[in-house]
Amino acid sequence: MTDFLRLDLPALLAAILAGGTCGLLGSFLVLRRESLLGDALSHAVLPGIVVGFALTGLRSAGAMLLGALGAALLATLAIGWVRRVARLETGAATGLVFTGFFAMGLVLLEVTGARNADLDVDCVLFGQLETLVWLEAQGLGSLLDPVALAGLPRQLGLLAGVAAVAALVVAVCWRPLQLIAFDPAFAASVGLRVGRWEMGLNLLIAAAAVAAFESVGSILVVAMLVCPAVALRLMTDRYRVQVLGGAGLGAALGAMGVLLAGPVPAALGFSVSLNAAGLIGTLAGLVVAATLLARQWTEGAGNLSKSRRL
Amino acid sequence: MIGHNTLIVLLGCAALGAASGVVGAFALLRGRALLADAIGHAALPGVVAASLLMAAFGGPARGLEPLLLGAAFSAWLGLLALRALTASGRIRQDAAIGVVLSGFYALGTVGLSIAQAMPNAAQAGLSHFILGQAATLTQSDAMLTTGLALGCIGIVALLFQPLRALCFDEGFARSQGLPVRSLDLTLLALLLAVCVAGLPAVGLLLVVALLIVPAAAARLVTRGLPAMVVLAGALGAAAGASGALVSTRFENIPTGAAVVLAGLLGFGAAVMFQRR
Repeated sequence: MTDFLRLDLPALLAAILAGGTCGLLGSFLVLRRESLLGDALSHAVLPGIVVGFALTGLRSAGAMLLGALGAALLATLAIGWVRRVARLETGAATGLVFTGFFAMGLVLLEVTGARNADLDVDCVLFGQLETLVWLEAQGLGSLLDPVALAGLPRQLGLLAGVAAVAALVVAVCWRPLQLIAFDPAFAASVGLRVGRWEMGLNLLIAAAAVAAFESVGSILVVAMLVCPAVALRLMTDRYRVQVLGGAGLGAALGAMGVLLAGPVPAALGFSVSLNAAGLIGTLAGLVVAATLLARQWTEGAGNLSKSRRL
Repeated sequence: MIGHNTLIVLLGCAALGAASGVVGAFALLRGRALLADAIGHAALPGVVAASLLMAAFGGPARGLEPLLLGAAFSAWLGLLALRALTASGRIRQDAAIGVVLSGFYALGTVGLSIAQAMPNAAQAGLSHFILGQAATLTQSDAMLTTGLALGCIGIVALLFQPLRALCFDEGFARSQGLPVRSLDLTLLALLLAVCVAGLPAVGLLLVVALLIVPAAAARLVTRGLPAMVVLAGALGAAAGASGALVSTRFENIPTGAAVVLAGLLGFGAAVMFQRR
């Protein structure tokens, strides 16, 4: 039990929080037809994280979050600017901006020496769920012991904070968000400032991307943002099911990925350990594939019964 | 001074950049440039699987060709998955690209974690395929890249008129009796070939930039397709060579990042001097 608390619980919690938060917010990206922005924001926050880190010399959550939000804001503005001055379609403009930001982040990572500290490129590429440990745990009692709890990985604090804010925002702004997701023109006509709402939502998504970035890496954040939302989109037309289902599916994928990567094979006597973040992304992709196949199958069956009726 | 090996590698990167500029120009006009992002990421599991297979059958420790074949195969599977998703009618292309690139990339990282646990270091150098490291290319690798790149440019030159019709006026192309579907597939195959050829040098994360940036810059300052294609090729070649040069000088800077930033400098200049 102590081993589970020390080695597996932190990664499990991090993956559930990251998957749940990204799954919750991802639906708004997919419904707004802005999925690409998830890809863009998760890459574009890198230079902000590195600069925040370099300026304060610490891997403090606050500095990295501020830097990342600044970078996300700049990237969104830059995408608009490139679209205008270069007369590019949104997709190409987005691709141009986020690859530029990401390249800048990689170079800054080397130039500022952030790499020599513990912010490294492997974390960006592969995530580092495996390195989250809770050495202070001495048994179940530690879960109630404030001193031991203070030894939980710092990433969990940021993840829990962002998750709470995201859940609160979605709960409080449930109706306006629905209008903006489904019918921005109508939302504007009843007096909602759609542009500002979208910017706020994007900043929230950037915050989720930063918090999740430290655990799963910046590429696999995309999997968590897009895959659960797309899977639900293939299954339902109902707003409530889409949004809450996305959050649930994201959290479940996170938990399954972490468990299947290490603890389950170990319990079965295998000595493999797989990249947990990668496994989460792979499972997410498989869930989308499964929902797609299920949809085609039921549609095929539906068409068949229709043609029989005719 | 630049050594003989470095010079060959720089030429390879220049050829690759030229091919991406040329193919990217058509892909951009056809609205397909972003597919390169999905193609690049979807190549990773293929690279890893090919390397695991080679290790299992005791093949040559470091042959680039099988890895690139694996990359092309899994990238092609990625494109099929993309088409299946968009054909459902509920998932737009951008969301489908997100699913395919993250799902395939994730599978690749799981594969990498398996390869790392293997005793015979099957994974050695595989992570260079992610960010690109031109300095690690051997002469024969650079020759292979150059060959693929020149092949792509040659095909574009042969099909210039039909591709132009496809990109500017699909209806016209149809009315002229051009096989629009096959042309589209050819463009897609060219995109795939350029991305795969670019993997070892530029890396799968940023190869998409090499297809978008030179073409977008060239479109701003030229009039007419031939000029745009030529300039995009030249800009791509300059970005490829200068990025590779920077990353061979400063070992720590990944080639992909240097190439993208070099290309963006060109884009910035094009924005300033654009044709109004």
